[in-house]
Amino acid sequence: MNIAATAIPKEVKQSQRYRDPRPFSVRFREHMRRNRLAYLLLIPAFVVICATVIYPFIYAFNLATTDTNMYNINSPTKQPQFVGVGNFVEIFSNPEFYTVLGRTILWTAVNVICHVAFGLWLAVLLNRNLKMRGLYRTLLVLPWAIPQLIVAMMWKNEFNTQYGSINLILQSIGLPAIPWLTDPFWAFVAVCITNIWLGIPFMMVIILGGLQSISPEYYEAAQIDGATAWQQFRNITVPFLRPVLTPAIILGTVWTFNNLNIIYLITKGGPNNGTQILVTYVYRAAFDFYRYGYAAAFSVVIFLILLIFCLFYIRATRGAQEV
Amino acid sequence: MAGTFFKRAKGDSSFKRLLINLILIVACAAALYPVLRVITVSLRPSGSVFSMDLSLIPPDATLASYQSILFDPKVGFWTWIGNSLMVSVITAMVALILAAPAAYAFSRFKFAGKQPGLIFLLVTQFFPATMLLLPLYMMLIQLSLINNFWGLILCYMSIALPFSIWILKGYFDTIPNDLEEAAYIDGTTPLGAFFRVILPLSTPALSITALFSFMTAWSEFIIARVVLQKQALFTWPLGTVTLQGAYYTNWGPFSAAAVLISIPVVILFLLTSKYLVSGLTLGAVKG
Repeated sequence: MNIAATAIPKEVKQSQRYRDPRPFSVRFREHMRRNRLAYLLLIPAFVVICATVIYPFIYAFNLATTDTNMYNINSPTKQPQFVGVGNFVEIFSNPEFYTVLGRTILWTAVNVICHVAFGLWLAVLLNRNLKMRGLYRTLLVLPWAIPQLIVAMMWKNEFNTQYGSINLILQSIGLPAIPWLTDPFWAFVAVCITNIWLGIPFMMVIILGGLQSISPEYYEAAQIDGATAWQQFRNITVPFLRPVLTPAIILGTVWTFNNLNIIYLITKGGPNNGTQILVTYVYRAAFDFYRYGYAAAFSVVIFLILLIFCLFYIRATRGAQEV
Repeated sequence: MAGTFFKRAKGDSSFKRLLINLILIVACAAALYPVLRVITVSLRPSGSVFSMDLSLIPPDATLASYQSILFDPKVGFWTWIGNSLMVSVITAMVALILAAPAAYAFSRFKFAGKQPGLIFLLVTQFFPATMLLLPLYMMLIQLSLINNFWGLILCYMSIALPFSIWILKGYFDTIPNDLEEAAYIDGTTPLGAFFRVILPLSTPALSITALFSFMTAWSEFIIARVVLQKQALFTWPLGTVTLQGAYYTNWGPFSAAAVLISIPVVILFLLTSKYLVSGLTLGAVKG
């Protein structure tokens, strides 16, 4: 029930269902009369969204078909040229694109899997009567509460080969020092560790909320039927968590896929482009190398990849739910 | 309900309880350790910033780094904080004022384009940062809003506004319609019901939404770096990064600044995280 529904006379509601025979102008006027307030309330936000989201969104597609760069954008002599799909051809014919795409998928998968696994584990452990539960929860949420910039800088400091505490601890137990930020492989491990540390609290808190909404009677009934702990987890906890987990995983995937802060601030994509993911690659192309048209095309590609992933994911989980 | 669920846990054997507590303590230590290290570094005297010492409170602890951050006029800490406060407060207020009526329209009316509009708001979450930043940057150049707080606020609006509408819509959906209907019977107009019934009821949701926008703008670095290039306009994330650059990984003052900035944000966050999460899931699940 909402205002619109209550305000509509019954015969109008029915006629809507069967297609209204009255002329468009009459129907339009009635629609406007009924929803005038809605449109009035929407106008301010709509204007700002047009200016800051919709117009730039369209402009990005437009920009993607030009060779705009730092030298021709405000130059009196040179004009940006229309290049059609030239930027897209360049992106897809560059072998580096596939390397970076592969690394981005690896980065997203490693991070999201670890976030969900650790988040689920900690949430299940916390979801019981513990004396220090409040304290544990507060401390475990801490990584989420600290501004990302500070998190990135903090970990960069800890990964310092000579003075960082991670290597100092490794050496004190007799292991060799690891060249964290100078070797591409270890640099990638380092940014993954940072981002995993950062993202666990979000999943933990979301899952904890989901666990608390499961009625204990289900577990009691399962125990009477002799279900093992694993069976209870598999057949009660997981299905009940799904409505909470699906949006959380989608959000987590999108955020991780698009997470510019951590990698840009710790390694800037280096060393030797070894920690470059799609968003850092495109950010550097735009604001460190000033290739605006190319970067816009690249952004469009990233956006489409994400959109396709999310559509598939939603369909897949819907399908699983129906089974 | 939660209470009865906890009774189940009393069935845990004492060994299992010990193990659970152990695991949680290790996890807490892992969450806390890097944070403690920042405090350690901030307490070191400037000579021993590159120390190999692992003790949490350095033997020669001093507040010199804090002193230089807070009182050295060359550092500009207070300017950064002032700039950040201004940008974040305006972003949060404007986003809230624009989002609340729009969210109400999305929650209560069946206007043309409602469903596509909602989906579009969700899809904005999929945009990579550069997707909007790049065109916005060019718009700002043409409007000569580079090196201008309003330019930065405009950029932040593209993130804060869709998100605020989405969260508030989810909250308004949970308020039963009966309340407005009662107000209509008393002779209130729909607009009056929105202002006098819905908004007062939503004070917690409104403050959480504003806080969320505030925190997004407050800690943002990537966009600010592009829009603000003049030192005098720097927000604290830009400022603290230069602090690092200028003195070449001078971790002492940087860590002191990090601690000072984090404390209020962390406290605010811990106090409100519960509501924030329920707001997030509400919006997402109802979608």
